[in-house]
Amino acid sequence: MSGTVAASAAAPVARPAAAPLYGLILAGGSSTRMQRDKAALAYLGKSQLERAFDLARRHVSPVFVSVRASQAADPTRAHHPLIVDSVDGEGPIVGIRSALAAYPAAAWLVMACDLPFLSDAALTQLLRKRDAAGLATAYRSVHDGLPEPLCAIWEPAAAAALESYQRDGGRCPRKFLIRHAARLLTPEDPRALDNVNTPEEYAQAVAALGTGAANRSIPLKIQYYALMREQAGRSEETLETSSTTPADLYGELTARYGFTLLREQLKVAVNSEFSDWSRPLRAGDAVVFIPPVAGG
Amino acid sequence: MRFRFTEAAIDTESARRELLDAGAGGYVSFEGWVRDFNEGREVTRLEYEAFVDLAVKEGDRIVAEALRRYPLKHALCIHRVGVLELRDLAVWVGVSAVHRGEAFDACRFIIDEVKHRVPIWKKEHYRNGDSGWVNCEHCAAAPRHAPSADHDHGRAAVQALQK
Repeated sequence: MSGTVAASAAAPVARPAAAPLYGLILAGGSSTRMQRDKAALAYLGKSQLERAFDLARRHVSPVFVSVRASQAADPTRAHHPLIVDSVDGEGPIVGIRSALAAYPAAAWLVMACDLPFLSDAALTQLLRKRDAAGLATAYRSVHDGLPEPLCAIWEPAAAAALESYQRDGGRCPRKFLIRHAARLLTPEDPRALDNVNTPEEYAQAVAALGTGAANRSIPLKIQYYALMREQAGRSEETLETSSTTPADLYGELTARYGFTLLREQLKVAVNSEFSDWSRPLRAGDAVVFIPPVAGG
Repeated sequence: MRFRFTEAAIDTESARRELLDAGAGGYVSFEGWVRDFNEGREVTRLEYEAFVDLAVKEGDRIVAEALRRYPLKHALCIHRVGVLELRDLAVWVGVSAVHRGEAFDACRFIIDEVKHRVPIWKKEHYRNGDSGWVNCEHCAAAPRHAPSADHDHGRAAVQALQK
C-alpha cells in the first residue's frame, strides 16, 4: 500500500521515535475507604483488576500489575506479570517510578484499577493525543480541571523528574503533572474517569453498569467498507460487545484492527441510516463506519 | 428510484429517455469519466465500492432536494460500482426542466452533493503498481480541501439541448 512506500521512502527526520508503550495497572492501594480490596471488586462477575487489565491489553503490550511487595502472592494479582515496588515512599508515585525503573526505555500507560467506566474510546483518544516528546499525557478532570495522573501516559523522561520531585518532598503525581505542564486532554465521555472509593460509590457503579447496556454483552453486526474492510480483513462480522455507543465501538475495534482513520474523519450508520456517535446501541443493531467518501 | 447503482456500463440513451417530458424545454447531463491521472500520479484503473443500502437512500434524498429546489421535470443519477478502466463512465446525472438555467444549476447541485454525501469509495490503481483509497490514505494526515469544480473528472461532458 502507498502508506508503506511513503514511510520507507521518507527522508530521515530529526524527531526521535516514540518510546514503546507498556501498560501498568495500579492495584497496590490500601483501599482504606472501601474497607475491602478494591482490585477484587467485581462488576457482573469480573474483578476490577481483570477488567482494567483486559482493557489495557487491547491497546498496549505487555501489561503489568503494580503491587507492593506484600501483595505479590495475593491470588487476585499473582497470576499477572507484576512490577513490585522498588523505590521507597507512599502512594501511586511509587508504582509509577518502579515501572519506569524496571524498563527505562519504555513509556507507560498507567491506569488505576478502580475506573469502572473507563472505555476503549477514552484510551484510544489518550494514545492518539500522546505527547511522546514531553513527560506525560493525561486527562483533565471534568470535576476540578486538574490532571488525572492515574489514567495517563508517562514517558521515560519522567523518571528523573519524578525522582527529584520525590526527593524534594513531593508525593502527589497530580501536582507533579501541574508543575511540569503535562499535556492535558478533555475526556469525551465525562464519566470515563469517575472512580470508586467507597461502598456507596461501588453500589452506584454496579447499578449503572448493571442496568445500562454497559456490561450486558450485546450482539452487533458490523460491516466494513473500502480501507476499513482491508484493515479489518473482513467485510462483516457479528460480535458480542460491551460497547454502548458507536464511539465506544470504534475505539474497541480500532484497538483490535489498528484502523488508521481518526474517528473525526468518519461518519457512522446504524441500521442503514446515519447516526449520532453517542446513540445507545441495542442488540442486533447493524453498524457501519463510513470513511471519507469519494464518489463521482 | 431517482438514484441507482449499476455494475454494468451505464446506458445513457435509455437513462435520458426516462427524463423526456413534453413540458421540458431543456435537458442537461453530466458524465464523470475515469481519468489517467490524479494528484500527480498516473492512474491505470479505478475500483468503486458503495454501502448500497444507505447510498441509495442518500442519493435519492439528494435528487429529491434538487427537485424541491429547482423547477425540474425529472432528475436521475446513476453510479457505477466495480472495476472501471480509463475512459469508462463512472457517474451519470441527467435533469430535464422547463428552462435551461435551472437544468444546469440542478445538474451541478446533484453531482456536487453526491460527491460529498453518498457513501461511495474509490480505490485508485497506479502505473507503479501501488494503490490507494481516495481521501482515506494520501490525504489522511492533513485535512483535505473540499472537492471543488476543478477536482471533477477532467473530461466531464456537459451537454445541453435546447428546444
